[in-house]
Amino acid sequence: MKVRMIAAAFGLVLAALAAPARADKTHVAVAANFNEPAREIAALFRKKTGHEAILITGASGAFYAQITHGAPFEVFLSADEERPRLAVENGFAVPDSRFTYAIGKLVLWSRVVDVTNGEDVLKAGNFRKLSIANPASAPYGAAAVETMKALSVWDALQPKLVQGSSIAQAFQFIDTRNAELGFVALAQLYGVKGGTRWMVPDKLHSPILQDAVLLKKGADNKAAKAFLAFLKGPEARAVIERFGYVLE
Amino acid sequence: MDTLANLWPPVRLTLELASITTLTLLVVATPLAWWLARSKARAREIVATLVSLPLVLPPTVLGFYILIALGPDGPGGWLASLWGANTLAFTFTGLVIGSVVAALPTVLQPIRNAFQAVGDRPLEAAATLRASPWQAFWRVALPLASPGFLSAAVLGFSHTVGNFGVVLMIGGNIPGRTRVMSTAIFDYVETMRWSEANILAGSMVVFAFVVILSMILIEKRFAGPRV
Repeated sequence: MKVRMIAAAFGLVLAALAAPARADKTHVAVAANFNEPAREIAALFRKKTGHEAILITGASGAFYAQITHGAPFEVFLSADEERPRLAVENGFAVPDSRFTYAIGKLVLWSRVVDVTNGEDVLKAGNFRKLSIANPASAPYGAAAVETMKALSVWDALQPKLVQGSSIAQAFQFIDTRNAELGFVALAQLYGVKGGTRWMVPDKLHSPILQDAVLLKKGADNKAAKAFLAFLKGPEARAVIERFGYVLE
Repeated sequence: MDTLANLWPPVRLTLELASITTLTLLVVATPLAWWLARSKARAREIVATLVSLPLVLPPTVLGFYILIALGPDGPGGWLASLWGANTLAFTFTGLVIGSVVAALPTVLQPIRNAFQAVGDRPLEAAATLRASPWQAFWRVALPLASPGFLSAAVLGFSHTVGNFGVVLMIGGNIPGRTRVMSTAIFDYVETMRWSEANILAGSMVVFAFVVILSMILIEKRFAGPRV
């Protein structure tokens, strides 16, 4: 009796494990700023195709280092265009699979200071700490630096800078009010109430092109290719726009 | 040589942070360990559990709560307001506080064990010789427990050198102030400067080897014939 029950339970577990295996899975490395829209897109993708996109969120720079050392990702949604390009050049990604899936918007945001007139606030400099993402590894950080240079406030503000390792951390420093203000991605402010914001004019920094690429590990993965195709489609584009990105 | 000039500041900062943190830890942990080893109070194990939490919690949890505690809404922000700042995050002081909290259990445990190993008898003997409790502590318990202090100091120092998560969460990566070795390595890897990462990471490996070897030698030396 007992043996039979165990066997039945075992059979159930096996069946449960085997069932979803029929639909394909793919592992997608997602830049931190694109986490929320990517989750919505993955849900829509699953509903439509039955394939599952497993999202791994992090900093693009860290992902690139992992990909060059054999990380098991099939798709890479970077926060920049440089790393996907390097992935193709160095043979870690499928040539011709690279495309721009979103163009990021940079925002000055604060929970303490009124930054509605961001340019004046930056020029006055009446604050202690300004948070940005690490400009060496995060494109939004680099765009923030370009903006400050374009406004000729870079030299004055440099001593006040604190850096998050990713744009997600830069956001956290401001959200906890440890830094009075800082530069974040517009997509991060989706659904966030409170605080004031200033949309940084596009002319102050080079465009934040976010590129996607099919990695060599996913060259034969049906779900990976389907996910990239879905990302170009109307359902995904609607989500991307709603979160405050610009499309090409 | 240019590389060396870039690599040195995080190394120096790490050594400063680890030294100051270790000293602070010994001052904080000694009375606490003494109380935990000698007291019969019921609350004792609750306190012991509380201070051991950082051992089990991921550094991200620790770093997140320390970030909030150091900020304008926490005690750190209140303290900082005394000298006109609004947060202790992104400061060297903040790093010391974070590192002390994170390394407290690793330092507390060997000292507590050492005090417990001393036992009642030497202290009773000291009392019969008319030593005050204070004298008994300084002249009897402390010298007997010194190997425990040595391992505690080595552990606290190395734990702080190796601390990454907490520093990353509260530091803000400011060169010369909060950019330590572990976060510098992370940066170098992220920005594809792997030769610099290699130099720092390699020296960490050597450092860890020396620490563990010296721990083993300390234990061997003191645990030998006397017990």
